[in-house]
Amino acid sequence: MPNLNRLKALSGQSAIVGVAESDQIGNVPDKSPLAHHAEAAINALDDAGLSLSDVDGLMTAGWSTLDVGEYLGIHPRFTDSTSVGGSSFVIHIAHAIAAIQAGYCEVALITHGQAGRNDRAGVPANLGTPQNQYERPYGIIGPPVSYAMAARRYMHQYGEDRTREAMANIAVSTRKWANMNEKAYFYDRPATFDDYHESRWIVWPFHLLDCCLVTDAGAAIVVTTAERAKDCAKGGVAILGAAEGHDHSMISQMPDLTRAFGRNTGQQALDMAGVSHSDLDLMMIYDSFTYTVLVSLENLGFCGPGEGPDLVANQRTAPGGDFPVNTSGGGLSYTHPGMYGIFTVLEAVRQLRGETGDRQLDDCNLAVAHGTGGYLSSTGTVILASP
Amino acid sequence: MTTDAPARPEPVSQPESDRYWEGARNEELWLQRDKATGEYQFYPRAFSVSTPGGELEWVKASGNATLHTFGIVHVPPHPGFMGEIPYITAIVELEEGPKMAANIVGVEPEPENLEIGMALKVVFTKISDDYTLPNFTPA
Repeated sequence: MPNLNRLKALSGQSAIVGVAESDQIGNVPDKSPLAHHAEAAINALDDAGLSLSDVDGLMTAGWSTLDVGEYLGIHPRFTDSTSVGGSSFVIHIAHAIAAIQAGYCEVALITHGQAGRNDRAGVPANLGTPQNQYERPYGIIGPPVSYAMAARRYMHQYGEDRTREAMANIAVSTRKWANMNEKAYFYDRPATFDDYHESRWIVWPFHLLDCCLVTDAGAAIVVTTAERAKDCAKGGVAILGAAEGHDHSMISQMPDLTRAFGRNTGQQALDMAGVSHSDLDLMMIYDSFTYTVLVSLENLGFCGPGEGPDLVANQRTAPGGDFPVNTSGGGLSYTHPGMYGIFTVLEAVRQLRGETGDRQLDDCNLAVAHGTGGYLSSTGTVILASP
Repeated sequence: MTTDAPARPEPVSQPESDRYWEGARNEELWLQRDKATGEYQFYPRAFSVSTPGGELEWVKASGNATLHTFGIVHVPPHPGFMGEIPYITAIVELEEGPKMAANIVGVEPEPENLEIGMALKVVFTKISDDYTLPNFTPA
């Protein structure tokens, strides 16, 4: 089991000093995935007032750090290609603080880049995996099919109509936030409850508006010691808590379709941070699907199993609501290139620094960023505090 | 499907699953059982999850199951399923205990035709000379 006393000693000792997207995100036909990595890396280092020559730790997912390191022309002394789906980049933050505090590196760069819409190469499948034997031949391929089956089970356990209403609430409130973020894919496109209910089926019970975007985008995060953060351009957003873990790979082998690993990472990250749910001002929750938000909020302990629909009712999560969730517009309406987890951290850092303009929350001092990867398989949770 | 349509993806059997796919070709569902605990496991492994280091034996399953959850796919996630949509994907709970993925066949793909907990029985769908998939239909 994690040693909470040792984790508490790490709390607040490291900080995020830079975050950025790649130069353009959305529909970017003229950029490769590695170009998105590189642009985001340079932009995040600029944000921190650092340069590539300061970087001695490199982390990425989807690609090997060998490819990203070579492309950037750097020679890191700490390397981590942990790739467990879209949560990976949140998990990298836990690894970064461990590596930094153990002395393996001092400036860790976490990069992401995917051309989800316009990748010329695609992703090769390893046909020997269990998934490719026991799910793929049945047409259980990609996230929508798997997550839809999890959502259907939730509906059976906790009520179809109230689950549907909760999913609609999340879709609409997330779009409202996107309408306040000019980087969002759907910045200019409002969506109503009718739009939600009338959108076509992708995989029943998911409408189109239950599903995240597919975009081209990159992002990067720079982590260093709390001490060095004081000299960085914008100071540091303190990393108070971080936790990770996973259950399964295939959806058919998930122990309980309504309980993902956030049931463990939420409380662990909060305990490490020494704060409680009610202290949090912003919830950045990976929204691959509307259902992912519903189940993640429950798993993280904001409410009990089956109580999520009450938690997100009446647009509480929307602008002006008392429980702000996914203020960037999320994977549903801002950007989602395939592995979106890193973008939850970008928005949390910007809200904590007070940089988000019209959508800036009042008194945003403490935020949770929560990534989910694979088929509700892995989670990473971090608790971040304003400079 | 017409002959020039893209093929459905096939499994690639691994050494520990050869027995499983051979069984399916003969229209039988075979499972591994831990000799000491009697616990069944899915999918086949060269490793007993119930007793790490323990011995496994192969047992022919009853073919009875219940519906744990399902989805109805309207947008094909692979060109090989273009001619199949809408189709029903499911997780079923086998009488022996483990869960597995399958398609539900022999039912019109409408939500009202499917009830979670409904009794199912195994049927077999040949997808190529080498591979036959265990599927399920209402019992």
